[in-house]
Parts: sequence; structure tokens; C-alpha cells
Amino acid sequence: MARYSIFSLLRNAARYHRDWPAAWRSPDPRAAYDVVVVGGGGHGLATAYYLAKEHGITNVAVLEKGWLGGGNTGRNTTIIRSNYLWDESAHLYEHSLRLYEGLSQELNYNIMLSQRGVMNLAHNLHDLRELSRRVNANRLNGIDSEILTPEQIKAMVPILDVSPGARYPVLGASLQRRGGVARHDAVAWGFARGADARGVDIIQNCEVTGIRVSDGRVEGVETSRGYIRAGKVAVVVAGHASVLAEMAGFRLPVESHPLQALVSEPVKPIHPNVVMSNAVHVYVSQSDKGELVIGAGIDAYTSYAQRGSLPVVEHQMGALLELFPVFSRLRMLRQWGGIVDVCPDASPIIGKTPVRNLYFNCGWGTGGFKATPGSGWVFAHTVARDEPHALNAAFSLERFTTGALVDEHGAAAVAH
Amino acid sequence: MLLIECPWCGPRDEQEFGYGGEAHIVRPADPHALDDAAWGEYLFMRTNRKGAHRERWVHSEGCRRWFNVVRDTVSHEILAVYRVGEAPPAAGRRGE
Repeated sequence: MARYSIFSLLRNAARYHRDWPAAWRSPDPRAAYDVVVVGGGGHGLATAYYLAKEHGITNVAVLEKGWLGGGNTGRNTTIIRSNYLWDESAHLYEHSLRLYEGLSQELNYNIMLSQRGVMNLAHNLHDLRELSRRVNANRLNGIDSEILTPEQIKAMVPILDVSPGARYPVLGASLQRRGGVARHDAVAWGFARGADARGVDIIQNCEVTGIRVSDGRVEGVETSRGYIRAGKVAVVVAGHASVLAEMAGFRLPVESHPLQALVSEPVKPIHPNVVMSNAVHVYVSQSDKGELVIGAGIDAYTSYAQRGSLPVVEHQMGALLELFPVFSRLRMLRQWGGIVDVCPDASPIIGKTPVRNLYFNCGWGTGGFKATPGSGWVFAHTVARDEPHALNAAFSLERFTTGALVDEHGAAAVAH
Repeated sequence: MLLIECPWCGPRDEQEFGYGGEAHIVRPADPHALDDAAWGEYLFMRTNRKGAHRERWVHSEGCRRWFNVVRDTVSHEILAVYRVGEAPPAAGRRGE
């Protein structure tokens, strides 16, 4: 792997950037692998990377039906935070945030992590009490979190309407200063490059069409590029998790919904951090290019279409303008949707399945990007050792039988 | 935006309706007779079909009545609408 540095940048600039090597190979699939990872998004690529790095398993293929990071990895609003309520989630997301903090150096790839702070607004007394409870829970778990008064909020984000007469009055907010945003494509590409350098085969345009199971044990996967034998199969496919589970003969407590987002035309720096509002379903930050990146709530109906309905966007824009009247003449450039796989308790499923040597990592719903490195890290452990790590033991499929749910609807921030 | 044909009020905008999730999930006649796995299956497991999906809608801002819809979850095309208690039309049985 050619290391990126100021010197390689200068050297290549002198050659008009014509000689940069490819960041990863594009090999043809081999007949068999120790581990086949299905899904080449951030979580799948991170899984492959940590399988190779932490567990020495390098005979690995990542199969991606489209292009790397073309699903939810490239469609989210890039927000990273770890201010979740319950101990199980707080530990998992905090582990992920800590990995993010060192990821650019570790991968030798600039993921443009910007810890500009994430603010969650409270619009009524109940919101404020819930946020206070969550902030206290976070602090007990060693996660930085604090409550801001409307005056402190106004000082940080002057364009936010905190006047008492506002349609959505702002009574306070929680703030996680270590939260922020990162370049989502770079996270996928950085993990892909790191995994490839350790010998992982990354195979794009290769769709899994069937999972071969014999005697309760997985044998391999049928793909659009032929059959591939596998010692273990690790499925990380977000919105299509139910489809893959059906191939293997079991059901998931997951429903797929569209989640929409959009960006505005670029403007000069005006919005310093990330502002989220549970109550009105809007979250907004400003990218380095100057575009406002704005996310909505999910569409109510299930879908695999990667698009949603306009009323959801209209509702979101209405809420945005009530909070930020200054954006009223801003034009929107692009709007899109992704398919999110939502669990009944708004927490993911990471672990073993009824089929031996088949593992699923799904159900991240509306908030998977922030968990990308941590998700890959614990999933790689689960696959390599055939047992979950302490960090993801609570996120098993069995919790929907035992009833030990991890209810994170409050912290998930997008109502579903 | 979906244009949904309410069996009582005719075609109306999606915004007038509420979504009720997967249809034909029958509450167990004797919940006490179920083990944890069967109860979990009833409460949480979902078909989440890619393709013709049978689902419930309610005309919240119209007649406020529930009904069933068969909708393609890839194209969003509404394949059939039928009343609660009626057998699903053929379109809804595809892929079973």
C-alpha cells in the first residue's frame, strides 16, 4: 500500500496526479474463502478490516452488489455521537467514537472527522427532563455530555430562533462536544484500502442471490458471479437484512423504511455545529463545502425503493424554517433516500443466528454511520471467535425472545 | 406521494392516511399457551417483503376506517385494496 503523506502529495502533484495507484485491487472472486462478508458498506468493510487486523483472518472476501459505500454509508447525514441512554448502547457507541478519534491516523486516510459538537434540542418540559436524564446517564458512563440553557445555545448558534414566541420554543439542549461529523465516503474508502492492504478481496458488482445451508450450517453463497464456498458468512446489508435472512430460512424483527435527506446550495460558514431536534424531525449541519446537510424522519411505510414521499421533506423543511428563519431563501440542491432497517427497540442486532457459522449485523435503523468502526470491531470479534464480545452481547437476536430489549427510541433521535 | 384508494372514500393523498404495518398478523387465541419463542414471533418478527406486501392503512383524516392494501415495496405501486375481513386478492398472494 502506498502511504499517503505530504511528500507523496507533492511527488504526485509534480506528475499532474496521473500516477496515483489504485486504493484497492478489484480481483475476481476465488472459489472459497474462510470468511465471506456480504455488504460493502462502511460496516462490512470495517468488519473485514478488523478481521484482518485484530484476528489475523485475511482469507476474506467482501461482496458488494453495487459500489462501495453506495448504500446507507453514502446516504446518511454523517453525524457521529455516543450520547445513548442505556449502558449497553452507551458502551458500544462510545467505543465506536473512540475508534473514530484515531481512525485517520490508523488508516492513513483522512476521514475528515470534525468534532464540532452535537446539540439535541428540548422543546417542552418533558423533552428537557428526558434530555437531563440522558445527560446524567451519559456522564455516569464517562461520556461527555452537558445541558445548555437557551442563552448558551443562542451564544453558540446565533441563527437558531430561541425566542419565547417561537413555534417550537427552545427550553434547553444537550451537548456532546466530542460529537460531530466525518466524511462518510472516506470512512468506507479508508477501511476498504486498509482491508485490501491486508489481503482482503473486495469484489464489487457481485450480488448475493442465495445462501447455501446444509445440516444447519452455512456452506457458501450463490452470487451473480458464481458460487463461493465460505467457512463463515457475515451479513451486513442494512435495508436488505430481511431478504438475506429469508435466503437462510429464518425471520428478523426488522422492517425497512425510507429515510430521506437533502443538501442546500453552498453558503459561507454560518452554522457551527450539529443541531438535532427529536420533536420536529430535523437535524442539520454544514459541510466543509458550505452546503447545509439536513435529515428528516423516516417515511411511515416499508420500502426497498431508496426514495420516499415529498410530504416528509415538506414537513422537515417547515420545521427547519421555524428553527432557523434565516434559511428561508436558501435553495435545496439534492434530495435522496436510503433504506433503513428498523428494529422494534431502535437498537441493532449483532451476533449469531439460528444457522451455524452465519452471523448477522443489522437493524441499525436511522443511526448506523456513527457506529461504523465499533460495529465492524465487535462483529469481527463475533465472527472470529464464534461468540459475541462483551460490548455486543446484549444485541443478540435472542433478545426478541427473552424480552431483554435495549429501548433507544429516545436517543435514536429519528422517531420510528 | 402515494395515491391510495380508500374503499369508502375513493382515491386520496397519502397524507390523509396512517400506516398500520403488516396485515394479517393474528393475535394468538390463548396467549398463555405460547412459549417465549412463539410470543416473540407474534410480537416482533415481520415478513418485511421485498415486492408485493400486504399492509394495513387507516384513513385518519377521512372516514377513519381501517383497510388492507397490497403494495409493491420496490415500485410503490398499489396492486390491490380490500376491506378488513376479506381474503387478500391474488396480487397479494404472489411470492408466498
